[in-house]
Amino acid sequence: MKLKLHVWRQKDRQSTGRMVAYDAPNVNPEMSFLEMLDVVNEDLTGKGEDPIAFDHDCREGICGSCSMVINGVPHGPSKGTTVCQLHMRHFTDGQDVHIEPWRAKAFPVLQDLVVDRSAFDRIIQAGGFISVNSGSAQDANNLPVAKADADHSMDAAACIGCGACVAACKNSAAMLFAAAKISHLGLLPQGQPERRRRAINMVKQMDLEGFGNCSNQYECEAVCPKEISVGFIARMNRDYLSSSIFSKETGSTSKSED
Amino acid sequence: MGWLRQTTDSSIGGKLIVAVTGLAMVGFVVAHLSGNLLVFGGPQAVNSYAEGLRKLGALLWVARIGLLVMATLHIVFAIKLNLANRAARPQAYAVKTYRRASFASRSMLLTGLALLGYILFHLAHFTFRATSPELAALGEYDVYQMIVLSFQQPLIAGLYIVSMFLLGLHLSHGVSSLFQTLGFNHPKYRNLVGSIGPFLGVLLALGFSSIPAAVLFGLLK
Repeated sequence: MKLKLHVWRQKDRQSTGRMVAYDAPNVNPEMSFLEMLDVVNEDLTGKGEDPIAFDHDCREGICGSCSMVINGVPHGPSKGTTVCQLHMRHFTDGQDVHIEPWRAKAFPVLQDLVVDRSAFDRIIQAGGFISVNSGSAQDANNLPVAKADADHSMDAAACIGCGACVAACKNSAAMLFAAAKISHLGLLPQGQPERRRRAINMVKQMDLEGFGNCSNQYECEAVCPKEISVGFIARMNRDYLSSSIFSKETGSTSKSED
Repeated sequence: MGWLRQTTDSSIGGKLIVAVTGLAMVGFVVAHLSGNLLVFGGPQAVNSYAEGLRKLGALLWVARIGLLVMATLHIVFAIKLNLANRAARPQAYAVKTYRRASFASRSMLLTGLALLGYILFHLAHFTFRATSPELAALGEYDVYQMIVLSFQQPLIAGLYIVSMFLLGLHLSHGVSSLFQTLGFNHPKYRNLVGSIGPFLGVLLALGFSSIPAAVLFGLLK
């Protein structure tokens, strides 16, 4: 099959980018979307042009590296999949395919389709962990966890941090990501001692990074490759508001905010 | 009070303020409609209701100032959040496809601003009676006559009906949405919460519109 690609090309962080059209004449419907781009890049390299830069790693849908908006939808038209798991059989011969990077002030474009997602790392650093004193490991069943809680926590922990939620949100909000990270620890006994501080600090960092605010449109849930529920955003709101209003916790001030 | 500043400056805190003030105004709107519907009970019913309201005295001013504060906070924080949202995406997508966002949720800013314009007109029209000498000449408690005289003009009646459908549209997203912001979201009642906004929106739009429509069709005169 043949496709007409329209791809965002941007030389580096400082340059202004633009959409450039490419023909993809030899697309096999069995290819993954990234394999299709690999073939296009081989042609470009053969012609002496710069290949299209894009992030990818595991190519099995679990690393969260691949990140592109395809025809206006992060990770493309298939529900619950990353771009690497999207196959060309979901497209039709002769179709126009628009490929753009995640768009958010907090995710600056580094080159073409590659964005800098370190804002997510800094949100994690602000509280997405538990502090444990070193020593010999505890007996496995020392801390009983109800099966339902463990499952619920795992649903949140399924987040691969790809950033599709930010890309899909009209406000570039990172609420689904932050909510998943806050909830997966907040649902387990190990996460309780720092639960309030975690909610306050992670939300503070999220705001500091320049992500937008949630409008409860749930576009994030619709595109999340791990189908993480917006119910976790409500949980984050509960954790954040109850910690802010009904507890003495004001968040850590020891961290430098450079 | 550092915590208060930190909370209201935050994304979630700002949303809390928009949600709570919105909820308060929904309460007012429901009470307003139940009062308005007395017009179908005839001049005596609605006029004595209006007189009763005016005679609340100091309590009426508490309600008025409360509403003014709620509306101001709602508007200021909604605009503040909206400006931050715009700043969060400096470069728009060449192609954007919505998967789930409702029409109502995408037009909140527009319907909100239109409602602000409507409320200012509505106050000038019925509260200050500044829009026509005919209304200004009526007795203080002749609410019935004021309603009938106004809505016999198709332009005014149409403006009110359109505005009330904008209100319905605004609330159809806003009311369901505020539950999420306040942290109420559970599979047990997710569907109920999702339908309460559209249900209330349609109910209020129809309820309010019934009055100008009834005057326009000569059922109230």
